[in-house]
Amino acid sequence: MAETITLGKALNHGLRRSLEDDPKVVIMGEDVGKLGGVFRITDGLQKDFGEDRVIDTPLAESGIVGTAVGLAIRGYRPVCEIQFDGFVFPAFNQIVAQVAKMYYRSLGNVRLPIVIRIPFGGGIGAVEHHSESPEALFAHTPGLKVVSCANPADAYTMIRQAITSDDPIVFFEPKRRYWEKGEVELEAPMAEAFPLHAARVVRPGTDATILAYGPMVRTSLDAAAAAAEDGRDLEVIDLRSLSPLDMPTVYESVKRTGRAVVVHEAPGNLGLGAELAARITEECFYSLEAPVLRVTGYDVPYPAARVEEEYLPDLDRVLDAVDRSYGW
Amino acid sequence: MATGESEVGGDAPAGGFVQLLTPDGERVDSVTTADGTTYTVDFTDDEYRELYRDLVTVRRLDAEATALQRQGELGIWASLLGQEAAQVGSGRALRPQDMAFPTYREHGVLYCRGIDPIMPFGLFRGVDQGGWDPNEFKFNTYTIVIGSQTLHATGYAMGVTMDGKTGNGDGEAVIAYFGDGATSQGDVNEAFVWSGVFHAPIVFFCQNNQYAISEPLERQTRIPLYRRALGYGFPGVRIDGNDVLASYAVTRAALDQARNGQGPTLIEAYTYRMGAHTSSDDPTRYRIASEVESWKAKDPIARMKAFLAKQQLADDTFFGEVDEAAKKLALDLRERVLAMPDPQPVTLFDNVYPHGSPELAAQKAEFERYHASFEGSAH
Repeated sequence: MAETITLGKALNHGLRRSLEDDPKVVIMGEDVGKLGGVFRITDGLQKDFGEDRVIDTPLAESGIVGTAVGLAIRGYRPVCEIQFDGFVFPAFNQIVAQVAKMYYRSLGNVRLPIVIRIPFGGGIGAVEHHSESPEALFAHTPGLKVVSCANPADAYTMIRQAITSDDPIVFFEPKRRYWEKGEVELEAPMAEAFPLHAARVVRPGTDATILAYGPMVRTSLDAAAAAAEDGRDLEVIDLRSLSPLDMPTVYESVKRTGRAVVVHEAPGNLGLGAELAARITEECFYSLEAPVLRVTGYDVPYPAARVEEEYLPDLDRVLDAVDRSYGW
Repeated sequence: MATGESEVGGDAPAGGFVQLLTPDGERVDSVTTADGTTYTVDFTDDEYRELYRDLVTVRRLDAEATALQRQGELGIWASLLGQEAAQVGSGRALRPQDMAFPTYREHGVLYCRGIDPIMPFGLFRGVDQGGWDPNEFKFNTYTIVIGSQTLHATGYAMGVTMDGKTGNGDGEAVIAYFGDGATSQGDVNEAFVWSGVFHAPIVFFCQNNQYAISEPLERQTRIPLYRRALGYGFPGVRIDGNDVLASYAVTRAALDQARNGQGPTLIEAYTYRMGAHTSSDDPTRYRIASEVESWKAKDPIARMKAFLAKQQLADDTFFGEVDEAAKKLALDLRERVLAMPDPQPVTLFDNVYPHGSPELAAQKAEFERYHASFEGSAH
């Protein structure tokens, strides 16, 4: 039976199910226990599973990820919460130099089934370091896998899939969408779930392909709805997996529509959009009616809250890019 | 075990250290530290002799590795010369169920775990990154980024507790190796915080060899390193790192405390890196010869040999046999290192992800196509 719940609650349910399904799953992070996390994503879990399985850690991100490595070597499946995107950098060394490389270094002897959850992105009127989109830094790192959910149903299944995966996974949660509701089938069998590392066409269309993930999927869908009123039929793809990218789904779409626009909050320079543009150009060159265009954050540090709406891609900027594609 | 106070040994740094064998080979029956902990060892004659054999063997293997590097057969080598006692003593103190997290210099600990000494040579020869199964050998992969492994060890130790494997004499304990330079790293300090807070069954074994490449201890700390433990809420003790008996006694006691559920200990093994940081380093640029000479007089092997001779536990026949056996091992090691094959280039795509990735499969196929395109052509 489907329930209508928020994206945040869907993650909470997914974490709960993971704790139930496997006694080796442990959750660790700052304030994840008694408080239930600053976004309440782990609400109630420590009460039900105990302090050994939902661990309030000391306040040090490198320590969270570094000790997770040791727990994973010991046979545990740690799920680390980084409280905010901009706080992941103290753990960056452990993630990039250890988590990403240990399987390779050990010639496949050490698996690190660690999930690093990061609420990311802006639009919540926060102070510095609370609105960033560092996903490209991790997608650029071999040995890591990177995913992002965009709706409650995916949040519920993707977090469970990430936890059962043998890969270290950086799991980006669109924090401004935590309160958006959707239908979630809580008892759907996982074996039949949509694959974790597959992109999904969330709105079929014929005129142009919009590629988005995380918080920008909603924005892109809104843009597609507006474009429909003007007679343009946009296809929207939720990439879901940022590393690896599910390029066959992207190629199939772009070859049909002939136009592609990538949307993300992160700065454009060397972002996911750059990689997508390069690969689409290599694979779909003769199908393209226009260059791949990008709608992204600007190449500036994330700005102050009062101007963040000018920084963030929105419906109008997406439509503007579609217009430019048509005007090529 | 609050501090390592000891009046024994005129060579001790201010504040003293636990020493059970003087540089002259005099056996100290026991040492009682300021908090009333008494350390001693109770070895049989054979056990003393075997410790000596370990010391000689790991030094000889190390010398062979240095030679191999000089001959171009290893890309780099991190020598343990001078630190044999710290490593053999602590390594022999480990029980089979204990887990060790080394840096890249713990060849002596590796040897004492009963591991084939060839194991890390893939790393130094450049044929792999030092790949083995930590859980098979109870010895983690070498970690090169300074201090990172102390957090891994701490997490592993938390897992030991969560598994209910502490609280009795058969429990498991964890040992994390690192150096004086590493004590400045955030990760090491976080590992101390975590271990203290979670009462983790871990021994932090710091080989203070006086230098972090070129930088002397004074650039890392204003107080003796072992005293830092107090700030994290667990005991710290300093030992004469060139005394294999002290290294064994104190590590054994600390490991037993850990396995019994009494939490972490920091051991500072006060020693000296007699050689270079690695084969790429030139220590004459930052330290004077007289300092090195003064440490030669505290040599860990010479004092053990003097002790065995004075106590008539061994004679020249024994010493000669040990040297010969070590040499034989070293030559065997050399042969096997030289026989290590280079990896097939295409294997560079292996072991990135447990179940592969379509993107890497495509890159690998392209790599093979590209290389196949040269087949039959002279290039």
